[in-house]
Amino acid sequence: MTVQAMAEALRLTPLCVPEPDREVTGGYTGDLLSWVMGNAQSGDAWITIMSNDNVIAVAVLTDVACVILSEGVTLDERLLALAEKKSVNVFSTELSSFAVGAKAAALL
Amino acid sequence: MSALTFHYDVDGQDFSSAGEASVAVKKKLRQMGFPPDVIRRCSIAMYEGEINMVIHANGGTADVQVEPDKITIILEDHGPGIPDVELAMKEGYSTSTEEIRTMGFGAGMGLPNMKRYTESLEIETEVGVGTKLTMVVKV
Repeated sequence: MTVQAMAEALRLTPLCVPEPDREVTGGYTGDLLSWVMGNAQSGDAWITIMSNDNVIAVAVLTDVACVILSEGVTLDERLLALAEKKSVNVFSTELSSFAVGAKAAALL
Repeated sequence: MSALTFHYDVDGQDFSSAGEASVAVKKKLRQMGFPPDVIRRCSIAMYEGEINMVIHANGGTADVQVEPDKITIILEDHGPGIPDVELAMKEGYSTSTEEIRTMGFGAGMGLPNMKRYTESLEIETEVGVGTKLTMVVKV
């Protein structure tokens, strides 16, 4: 399913969606960035509570379909501009990582 | 045919800009038409190296040599060196500070990831002098 369709189904808040038609093929949840780089696959929806510059870099390098910031985490203006520039889709949700991960898994 | 080479200085003061070289290399490799898997492995391995140089060595240099059949990444710093390479290669072993961990690093997966994503990882290190990593990703 597309990033856009997933976001609507999960009622995610769009923060930056430069590539809404990107296909989501799986998911990964984690906040330790090296762990994410070792395990997340291209096309995954990556669920994390991390919100620094490195999140954008890791999203680019792993080629995930989108980043879902859980637990009400958001990005500041500077990071949103960076995400836009690097074509990284970013959403946020008030749900916990566990809850949004379970819902996303049910959709895929 | 001689290799195409790229040189980057990795700024040790700026944690947030770490990754710029890796992201730039990723873009270049994509423009050159390398397979997505090769690009992913190169850029992640290089990023881990960049982060290590920022965390541990106050920065360093990154040189990337691109050839049709392989990509060689050389990372060099004048940091403290690695006293026990075997221990540093163990998943989960880290000497990072709490501050680094709050940034999402310091999981002790950096060197293991570099090994995981490359065909060869050579570590030349001397305590008090510095470290040179040479990684090769085959196309």
